Amino acid sequence: MKDPRKFNLQCPIPKTEYAHILMAHGGGGRMTCHLIQELFIAGLGNEILDMGHDGAFLPPMDGEVAFTTDSFVVDPLFFPGGNIGDLAINGTVNDLLCCGALPLYISLGLILEEGFLIEELWIIVQSIGRAAEAAGVKIVTGDTKVVEKGKGDKIYINTSGIGTIHPGLNINPKHCSKGDVVIINGDIGDHGIAIMSARQGLEADIPVISDTQSLTDMMMSLFRNQTGIHVLRDPTRGGLASALNEICDSSGTGIRLHEKNLPINDGVRGACELMGFDPLYIANEGKILVILPESEAEEALSIMRSFKAGKGSRIIGQVTSDPKGILCLETTIGTTRIVDMISGEQLPRIC
Amino acid sequence: MCLAIPGQIISIDDSNPEMKMAKVRFGEAIREICIQWLNDVSIGDYIMAHVGTALSKVDEEDAKFTLDALREMGESDYL
Amino acid sequence: MKYIDEYRNKVLVDNLVYGIRKEVSRKWTIMEICGGQTHSILKYNLLQILPAEITLIHGPGCPVCVTPVNRIDQAIVLGGLSNVMLTSFGDMLRVPGSTSDLLSVKALGGDVRFVYSPLEVLDLAEKNPEKEVVFFAVGFETTAPAVAMTVKQARNRKLKNFSVLVSHVLVPPAIEALLDSEESRIDGFLAAGHVCTVMGTSEYIPIAKKHKVPIVVTGFEPLDILIGIYEVVKMLEKGRYGVKNAYTRSVRDEGNQAAQELLREVFETTQSEWRGIGFIPASGLKLSGEYMEFDALNRFQLDVPSTVSIGACIAGKILTGQQKPADCSEFRVRCTPEKPLGAPMVSTEGACAAYYRYHRTTVSTL
Repeated sequence: MKDPRKFNLQCPIPKTEYAHILMAHGGGGRMTCHLIQELFIAGLGNEILDMGHDGAFLPPMDGEVAFTTDSFVVDPLFFPGGNIGDLAINGTVNDLLCCGALPLYISLGLILEEGFLIEELWIIVQSIGRAAEAAGVKIVTGDTKVVEKGKGDKIYINTSGIGTIHPGLNINPKHCSKGDVVIINGDIGDHGIAIMSARQGLEADIPVISDTQSLTDMMMSLFRNQTGIHVLRDPTRGGLASALNEICDSSGTGIRLHEKNLPINDGVRGACELMGFDPLYIANEGKILVILPESEAEEALSIMRSFKAGKGSRIIGQVTSDPKGILCLETTIGTTRIVDMISGEQLPRIC
Repeated sequence: MCLAIPGQIISIDDSNPEMKMAKVRFGEAIREICIQWLNDVSIGDYIMAHVGTALSKVDEEDAKFTLDALREMGESDYL
Repeated sequence: MKYIDEYRNKVLVDNLVYGIRKEVSRKWTIMEICGGQTHSILKYNLLQILPAEITLIHGPGCPVCVTPVNRIDQAIVLGGLSNVMLTSFGDMLRVPGSTSDLLSVKALGGDVRFVYSPLEVLDLAEKNPEKEVVFFAVGFETTAPAVAMTVKQARNRKLKNFSVLVSHVLVPPAIEALLDSEESRIDGFLAAGHVCTVMGTSEYIPIAKKHKVPIVVTGFEPLDILIGIYEVVKMLEKGRYGVKNAYTRSVRDEGNQAAQELLREVFETTQSEWRGIGFIPASGLKLSGEYMEFDALNRFQLDVPSTVSIGACIAGKILTGQQKPADCSEFRVRCTPEKPLGAPMVSTEGACAAYYRYHRTTVSTL
């Protein structure tokens, strides 16, 4: 399989004396400064980060502030469609969007394992920079620590994000109401299957690639035109099923999905049938669930479909009042079953 | 025991006489499957794959016959 | 996907349900043997569209569920050894042994890995010569040939660091044991289509004859299961018994002879314990002849006590079709997929886990 690290066009790696991360890179001394300057400032710099303070001085913000945090550990670090750097920015940006906020500022915390290749770190930092630019956010503060070899898994990343809530929006799962529709912006299961394929050596004519992307442009356009949105959620780990179950739990309403409307591409489909996976439980990294009144659905779909990130947008279900608090699926054969929360990870099965 | 699914052979590698292999397509996913126990298979055939081995060749004519009969079933009796 | 989607078609399903309703005139109890069939019945909620006269009972065809506790304990001990790489199918990783499971062993630093195919283990053994690579071989006759191929290749390649912890079991002896039981209330069977793809249908003829039951070889998609039920009901309504193959696109009456030959070469039958049921003679496989050197029980000194019974778990009664998961006092109370008391709750196609996931009894209408 093609090396996913070579998917990225890259600037040549800045000149460093060492090929690998050493304990001294986290020691706070000259080597730390050099690493920060040559890699992080070079790859991510902006007027706030360049000030070089311990913390970031942010300008006053308009309106209510949303704040979120997320940590990223993924194996493999490089996968078809991106790397851990992409996930670290897109994940936090999308979480802010799910609050109904315009994403603005990101903090970046890294824990590096001694021995990690600096060349790989540079590729990840560049991806972080590109993802931040695409999302319209600035990395304004950060931190780097180094742990001894064997005490980390190459790199762990934490990002926290701040944004301002769009006026007029009041996103809350408790607002989920009978008659609302559930919209998703495209194919499900891509990210989880991309990771699984990389781990298990599954090939494909058209490889499944991670859908990691930030949804800023599409969602800001939706916010500007639609203030009747009730719920937003990004179906990451645990997939659609987990996200929608959580919403049912919070709101007390039921949700009914239609299996024939679920967008699943052939690559994900084939891998799921082979391994015995249910696509409803597979992670997504560039998808968002939008729950809003049915009367607003047509306009919402039209807006979403005008963006690349929303080309595949469609209605996949409705909010119901009965059975309360339960997620159901109408199957392709016309029967209905419950879609429960998953326990732990899906593992490939023989039965 | 249970999870065997149909896939289409896209290439065959018989370099190991004791472990004949094929690349098999399932939807868009492709997996290497051992076809050692199937006598008469070619590229384009469908096989039933379980844990990396092909257990049988799908009888496509039979499948068509059954499905056609079921389509006609509705108001009339199935054979 | 071809030869899958057609068997999930609503129109064809409706046609078959109509056909079943026309045939059925009284109550019948039918057992689907295979856990994959149970999974499909519940995933597509076939119970919602079948006539009330038909009761489906979930049989012991879950090789993960019926793996004896002490075999899992043996795998756990092996996984914990510092020089061992324990490889397994994904299904087995969460199944509880007497005090632990393989995922916990992994969490504590054991080298436990799951594979899709046993053939992958050959490469793992070659690439890790410093480790003893053990494969935990679970499964019915469908899976045993793949393991036999792996062991034969290991012998051909002269692999010194590869062995197998064998826990294969055979379906026909289990069916016989069920039918011999006085408490059996099963009128007809849906036989496991993929087991029969390997073994053919002839083993079931004497069973059907002796106990005067219809046994219909059935596939796994919702349409396949309805076809199987339809054929069983037709035979029952006419007072007929015997074996019928309703999965002809995959199953030949003679099965896969080359796979059967390989099984005979590498394995021999032996008595085997079935978790929740007990010992059934000639119902398991063990490595034979020149392949015995690959038996992990011959390579390692494993001091594991014999099976302990697990408190409140009624796995035996569920696996023999006498009770349903909802009949168990611990179902959803102390026994959940997160904290299973027995294997039918852990394995995704175990009857209890499947019921828990797909079919809550408290929901009256959907």
